Amino acid sequence: MEKRRKERIDRGIMVRSDSIYALMSWRELAYLAAPRMLLIIGMLLLPLVPESWNWQGTVTLVCVYAMLAISFDFLAHYIGLVSLGGAFFVGVGGYLAGILNTTYGIPPLYTIPVAALGGGVICTLLLLPCLALRGVYFAIVTLMYPLLLVRLIEALDILGGTDGLLGIDGFSNPWVEQYLVIIMVLLFLFGIRRMVNMDIGLVFRGVKDNDQAVRASGINIFYYKGLAIFIASSLGCLAGACIIYIFMWAGISLFVLDYSILPIAATVIGGAGTLVGPVLGCLILIPISELLRDFGTLRIVFYSLILVGFIVFKSEGIMVWAQRKYHQIERWTKI
Amino acid sequence: MDILIYGTINSVVLALYALGFALVYGISRLPNFAHGALYVLSGFITWSLLNILGLPYLPAIILTMIITAVIGALIYQFVLIRIRGMEISEIIASYAIGLAIIESLRYFGFRGMTYTLPAFVEGSIDIGDIPVDYHRLIIVGIGLVVVLLLWLFTHYTKIGLALRGMAQDERAALMLGIDSDMMAIVAMAFGSMLAALAAILLLPLGNIVVESGYNVLILAIAVCIVGGLGSWVGSIFAAFLIGFAQILTAVYLGSHYQMVVALLAIIITLIVKPSGLFGQQKELEERV
Repeated sequence: MEKRRKERIDRGIMVRSDSIYALMSWRELAYLAAPRMLLIIGMLLLPLVPESWNWQGTVTLVCVYAMLAISFDFLAHYIGLVSLGGAFFVGVGGYLAGILNTTYGIPPLYTIPVAALGGGVICTLLLLPCLALRGVYFAIVTLMYPLLLVRLIEALDILGGTDGLLGIDGFSNPWVEQYLVIIMVLLFLFGIRRMVNMDIGLVFRGVKDNDQAVRASGINIFYYKGLAIFIASSLGCLAGACIIYIFMWAGISLFVLDYSILPIAATVIGGAGTLVGPVLGCLILIPISELLRDFGTLRIVFYSLILVGFIVFKSEGIMVWAQRKYHQIERWTKI
Repeated sequence: MDILIYGTINSVVLALYALGFALVYGISRLPNFAHGALYVLSGFITWSLLNILGLPYLPAIILTMIITAVIGALIYQFVLIRIRGMEISEIIASYAIGLAIIESLRYFGFRGMTYTLPAFVEGSIDIGDIPVDYHRLIIVGIGLVVVLLLWLFTHYTKIGLALRGMAQDERAALMLGIDSDMMAIVAMAFGSMLAALAAILLLPLGNIVVESGYNVLILAIAVCIVGGLGSWVGSIFAAFLIGFAQILTAVYLGSHYQMVVALLAIIITLIVKPSGLFGQQKELEERV
């Protein structure tokens, strides 16, 4: 019996359109633009799907989780800092926006950016001492921060204690709400994709792969890690600020585990390190989890099991697989 | 005086929480984030064996420990073995398994005040002028015996020595014919069994609550990190440190702050000295 192996070859069009000559023909332009336009147009059409089982609310949730997932993916696969504390960012951003809104009466239009940037600064300052850690140690610290903040808020009875902050404004109408978050997701998705391909992204990936080598080149890795944390936590805080205006309530449930575990699950399913993958993962996971809302906590079981399944059996994720199919020809060859 | 007594009891409780976690991590470098879930699960297994099957207490205990050990071994054999060495995947996968166990227990109705295990011996005794019930004394006694037995087991039996060999130098142990995966399964089984033992000993003190799974995990991690991941002496020392710190804060600040102590201990230890008080890991491995 003859032995065979699978051979993978880049498609001709992929190789040709890889450079500036892509502009030479409509076909190559379309090849490059099609997947991107599919995503953008698809996202923009999402709210237009006819109303059923609270679809509009689900779209907003998908986008909020997508922001968290992009933040996790960026931090984990471009800087090498695995943060299990998405809930920490959400909580800080949410509470900040909530306080600004309820105490000072500032409208959402201003509190969301302020909460994103201010929350980013706060999270970065709190995580600054842990920046020297790596791997498991950083993951454990970030897992502990949201839990610690919950206990502190409970014990000190500050920030509304267990009742949370009441009387937060909502968005003026659901269309504004949905398109605001959708456009933000697209902006950040393409913005961060561009950033990781620029020089600064090169440094980020250097820090991930071999921080000692980066340090030996005279680059201050501490500064770059701090910067990356700031970017990721601002994104997380932005998501948090949006969440409180969607639910019109801020409380300790902002620190709930869902915000940490769901983005991770979405990233693993969608394809780690692709940045688009996490958004895709959220588009798949969140509607399913909303459909399963009647089953209560069983849905957490459900997506934990999906997560384990993907990590163990299909760790590359959907997006990496799809990219391979799109860019390469696979065929069997004799050895 | 009562601080001394309750501090000691609390410390032994913490040590029991942490032993299983420390054992698994110390031997197979596997952060078993499903530890808390196994703890709660074995509590409910015991309860079911007692109240649904109507077994006597002692066989129920032994059966629970065996079942939990098998569950731990199965988790390793079918899931964790495939992602050995990828630490982050290990954490995420084991944590997800833990979540799945805890949340399905919650879904299938194991919550509320109705689930309690009986104490081994009822009644209490006065030490000085502080009443201490017999069960707590038994916990301290068994806890100390377990620590002693573990020490003897790892120093004088063949499997124990093989486990320590794996912990110290995996490659050298492999060359001497010690099966790395087999040992990791044994470690997982033992770790789960210790979680079950802790549950059986400690759950009669209160109700079986699903949420305690998360707390047990946090406390176990706190003890292991303060003591140094992988160092058993350190873990026991840290259990006493955190145990007394918790009791002191409970007395002087209020019981709300007990968990805060553990969480702060984790964060401060990781920031100041990530290898813990007794850790032997090289500085370069864990920080830049």
